[in-house]
Amino acid sequence: MVELILGPQPGQRPDLSNPQEAYLHMVRRKRVYGGIILVVFVALMASGFQIAEHRNAGSFLDGLAQLDDFPAEVLHEGWANRANVPALFVEFLPSLLETVNIAAVSTLVGCIFGAVLALLSTRGLARWPSLVMVFRRISDALRAIPEVVIALVLVFILGGGPVPAVIAIGLHTMGAMGKLFSEVAENADLKPVEGLTSVGATWGQKMWLGILPQVAPNWLSYALLRFEINVRASAILGFVGEGGIGHDLKLAMQWGQGSYDQVVAIFILLFMTIFLIDQLSGHYRNRLVKGH
Amino acid sequence: MVDAILTQSITQTFRKRRLIAFGVPAAILVYLTYIFFTFDLPGLAQRARLDNAAILLSDFWSHKTHVTRDNASGVVTVAIEGERKGTYAEGTHPDWVTRDGDVTRVDLGDGHLVTYDAAGARYVVPGYGTIDIRPVDGKLALIAPTPVPDWISVSDNRIAVTTDHGRFNYTRSKVETFRYQAGWELFFFTLDSPFHGKGPLELAAMVLGGERVDPARSNFAAMVSDVWTNKMWRHGDVVWALFETVLMAFLGTMGAALIALPLGFLAASNFAPFRAVRFAFSRVFDFVRGVDGLIWTIILSRAFGPGPMTGALAILITDTGSFGKTFAEALENIDDKQVEGIRSTGANGLQRARFGVIPQVTPVLMSQVLYNLESNTRSATVIGAIVGGGIGLLLTQAIITQKDWEEVAYYIVLIVLMVMMMDSFSGWLRRKLIKG
Repeated sequence: MVELILGPQPGQRPDLSNPQEAYLHMVRRKRVYGGIILVVFVALMASGFQIAEHRNAGSFLDGLAQLDDFPAEVLHEGWANRANVPALFVEFLPSLLETVNIAAVSTLVGCIFGAVLALLSTRGLARWPSLVMVFRRISDALRAIPEVVIALVLVFILGGGPVPAVIAIGLHTMGAMGKLFSEVAENADLKPVEGLTSVGATWGQKMWLGILPQVAPNWLSYALLRFEINVRASAILGFVGEGGIGHDLKLAMQWGQGSYDQVVAIFILLFMTIFLIDQLSGHYRNRLVKGH
Repeated sequence: MVDAILTQSITQTFRKRRLIAFGVPAAILVYLTYIFFTFDLPGLAQRARLDNAAILLSDFWSHKTHVTRDNASGVVTVAIEGERKGTYAEGTHPDWVTRDGDVTRVDLGDGHLVTYDAAGARYVVPGYGTIDIRPVDGKLALIAPTPVPDWISVSDNRIAVTTDHGRFNYTRSKVETFRYQAGWELFFFTLDSPFHGKGPLELAAMVLGGERVDPARSNFAAMVSDVWTNKMWRHGDVVWALFETVLMAFLGTMGAALIALPLGFLAASNFAPFRAVRFAFSRVFDFVRGVDGLIWTIILSRAFGPGPMTGALAILITDTGSFGKTFAEALENIDDKQVEGIRSTGANGLQRARFGVIPQVTPVLMSQVLYNLESNTRSATVIGAIVGGGIGLLLTQAIITQKDWEEVAYYIVLIVLMVMMMDSFSGWLRRKLIKG
């Protein structure tokens, strides 16, 4: 028993002739380890903040003092021109729709391709069992490339518009879903697949009729969560690259003073959209996973 | 009777299922058709610049050297990528360029030969003939075998030739030849370094026992310094940028975890002193998450200026919202028996939290924090592009110039490696810490 709990080496085993001493010894050693980890962690955080502070253009304390300057300025101007805001909502609605559409298409397409990738990289289900590792590496690589890299390179080739963002977010979604979906599919019951095999079903039929009904609730739940993430990603990509409400926000910010009512309108639209989508998807995810 | 009801309910279920089985794909198809037209996919083919794609792909893995003659002064310069920092010093040039007085010969390989001389310039293309260009009365006269193929573009002021061995441009003010070669040139040593053009064996010999190039320091130190300060590739800046990106992710994630842990207690239903407190804190977390990283980043960069601190704070605030929510959920799901056991020894609230609660939730919190650390490394690239710090800034700058694609390729490789390393590091740490 003692070996099972405390490890096989006799030297590390506490001397049980004096249990109190042995217990205190163990506690002391744990405390020392914990203390060392804590000191290293604090040192890393402190020096990290110092380096970041040193390499930043403005200092932390100065920034803290003027943290509310910009929001105050924006809100002040937004309040002064509050009559414009409803009209601006209508004006920015198409680009908001574009941002949400980018997220929706890339989630949809990414999840469809991700599902195929996931099934191909799941042991026991794969069409070509020897290529499982290859497909896993493919989804790792797709996940590793940040969306902004693909989007900016594609803007150069495809010109502006929403398509580069869709491809960038879609590829990332495909990689992420390839991993998450595959983890779900690994736990699927193989009996329906065996049944389908016995009647001579093809691989596609086995997956469609045997696996998909089992994993659908979990997959849908992950897909909804990914949609939330992708709406945010699509807004950010618009700000860095082109298309959607992020781009309008960048233009309004570049105009600076005088167009802060636009900034306010975009902030409110973005906040409400993200909040609404989060709540809706949270609600449906609860229903999917808990079944009520 | 029973059978009739059963049959009816089964038929209904089947009808519903059949409707879903055809309805869902049909809805997806309708949506994609709508997207096809709103996103103007038919127009994409026209807007797509495949020539840009070709430039990009060839620049990713090759470099070009410009051999330029200023027609007014007759000065010939040889420059890698046409940049000043890649210019060969006066009197030196690569071995495929030969100079003899006013005559410059550029050998593009496989018999493709370009000659600049006092009369003008000539390009010998094997299998086609000689393209001879001379300025006559302020215009360019072309003598070439007819019919002139479409890879030679001719106008009054400019004659351009593109072959698979290089490009050639003649305008009134200058004549240029571009030669494409595989590889990233000057990656380690620039032309002004004494170590340029030496093979790995030569360099190893110089490190081990060669005479000191610079008497003040060893050859190895000189080499390291030359690579670090390489003006073409800026390795030093790139390493700092990568470090800044990882730093942003680390500080942001860990700072958020430290702030969210105590606040998570206040937002958990079984720890909050009053319902109102719990409600207030969970709404605060909802608000912080709803405002979105993009808006926080913009507000923060106005206050703190560009740099890694701003990026770290942006990640910190965004993650405080998501950590607060997950931590509170983890705290609500703990087992009360351990807390009761600690309470029976007369422990106060803080001690109960430390010894009864924290050990239970540590694995959940740790895995969440480490997962976010990895995904924030990716976000830090994008946030860096917005706040102006880290590798994201270098990447967007290189992309905006639209010509340094080899640097873009270099940064992409580094970013992917960085993310993969953080991925395996956080996975390793997770296994170490959680399994014990």
